[in-house]
Amino acid sequence: MAKFQISRRKFLTGASLGLSGIALSGCDAFDSQLSIGSGLRSFLENANDLTHRAQRLLAGRDSLAPEFTEADIRQPMRPNGVTSPDDDDYKAMLANNFADWRLEVSGLVEKPLSLTREQLQNMPSRTQITRHDCVEGWSCIAKWTGTPLSLVLDQAMVKPQARYVMFHCLDTIDRSLSGDIKYYGTIDLIDARHPQTILAYGLNGKPLPVENGAPLRVRVERQLGYKMPKYLYKIELVDGFADVGGGRGGYWEDNGYDWYGGI
Amino acid sequence: MESVARSQSEIGPGAPASNDKTLIYRQSRWTRLTHWIWAISLFFMLLSGLQIFNARPQLYIGKQSGFGYDNTIFEIGAENTSAGPRGYTEIFGHRFDTTGVLGWSGPPGNETARGFPSWATIPSYYDLGTARVIHFFFAWILTTTLIVWLIASLINGHIRRDLAPRLDDLKRLPQDVANHVRLKFHHTREYNTLQKMAYGGVLFVLLPLMIITGLAMSPSMNSVLPFLNDLLGGRQTARTIHFTVMVLLVAFFIIHILMILAAGPINELRSIITGWYRTDPPAHDDKAAERSA
Repeated sequence: MAKFQISRRKFLTGASLGLSGIALSGCDAFDSQLSIGSGLRSFLENANDLTHRAQRLLAGRDSLAPEFTEADIRQPMRPNGVTSPDDDDYKAMLANNFADWRLEVSGLVEKPLSLTREQLQNMPSRTQITRHDCVEGWSCIAKWTGTPLSLVLDQAMVKPQARYVMFHCLDTIDRSLSGDIKYYGTIDLIDARHPQTILAYGLNGKPLPVENGAPLRVRVERQLGYKMPKYLYKIELVDGFADVGGGRGGYWEDNGYDWYGGI
Repeated sequence: MESVARSQSEIGPGAPASNDKTLIYRQSRWTRLTHWIWAISLFFMLLSGLQIFNARPQLYIGKQSGFGYDNTIFEIGAENTSAGPRGYTEIFGHRFDTTGVLGWSGPPGNETARGFPSWATIPSYYDLGTARVIHFFFAWILTTTLIVWLIASLINGHIRRDLAPRLDDLKRLPQDVANHVRLKFHHTREYNTLQKMAYGGVLFVLLPLMIITGLAMSPSMNSVLPFLNDLLGGRQTARTIHFTVMVLLVAFFIIHILMILAAGPINELRSIITGWYRTDPPAHDDKAAERSA
């Protein structure tokens, strides 16, 4: 029995030394297991699917994000990410006040569209004062005016096999060996048809400024900011996104953010 | 005397060894299992949480973050000074130089501007996306474990018997504080008053508050429970509370470890691994009824 006690003591000493070893050697111990596509990371990412399903179940299709009052607009909308696209085609459109800009709606639709700013702005609009939550942790309240995405989708007549809306943007967010990477992103049709999901051309009562995504950006109010692409020029209805970019459904998703940005 | 294994196999959990009245079965398997799952979960949640914090190392009060106005109450940053880059931490307007740990840290010659240092974050390098994957994975584990523990502890009587405060606890509080200050510990089956307050505070206040403020930061949950942020004072206040509760949990952890070391780490660890705990031999005067450690 005495022997048993000693081995237990040895075990405990060893265990505590091991634990403090991890603490002292720093937290790079886990780094190599966590890159995109590694087994451990893929396993941990299952929790994101669980979160997605649980929140969809709780929120349903049409639960509304909180809306605020004019008094809550206390500052200009904070811009983030690309705030001044350096792309020649974008700069040319900007110089021309976006007269040549069109919103293309293509992919799995019966009737592809090409809409001018005027056509878009002549459609029924929605104005909402909402809180923008960045994945980094900050929030900013602003008033957004735009065309409900559902109206545009109705006009284009989405084919039944379409599952996602893919947003194509004019801004180059990154450069890789295979060329410039333009911002892109996807949302499912539930969020695409959500009453607060709008294609915004107005911010705080004025035309959408360049730093916030002129001429058009998406608002998806039940998700984080990286799910709301700016400098929009094409909406493509797709049944999947595995063959686009890194195959994870968006620029930031390809760089490790979860596809579902509701948390 | 040394009859841990024997008493377990011969008499089974729940009954003390017949030949050793001081060795008792103190912690049920539910308490032990959930304790260690929490320990692991909180370790990963803390280190991934500090990484997430580094993406925006400021805390605000209210519904949003003040950029055009000031509602920042806490900030970790770096600045250039005549003596080179320095890290600072600012709390309610009071600024402290925290170079080397907070704001500006890293191997000598390779320091970078970052909130918490790389030894305190997972991954060690800046990676918000990965930290979020880890954080939310363990958030599910932690929350599930808390619910399992709650159900098990209601059924097996752990909450009623060991954690529920009694009038006696209040009377014993001054003596209990005095005992702890003098590092004088009694080893009994029951928790003392300060233990009840600490464990009860973590399990019924801090962890639920952590989960609630975590959910309050989710834009999707805000559409399900829009009143949550109103109740908490806004999403950025919820984030500040989330961070503050983290600090309290770290403080609890440090005190918890110090108390275990002071009270006898082998005996304390044995009870949370095997369930068996060696109590003080019964004294012959009435004061022996005093509980502690």
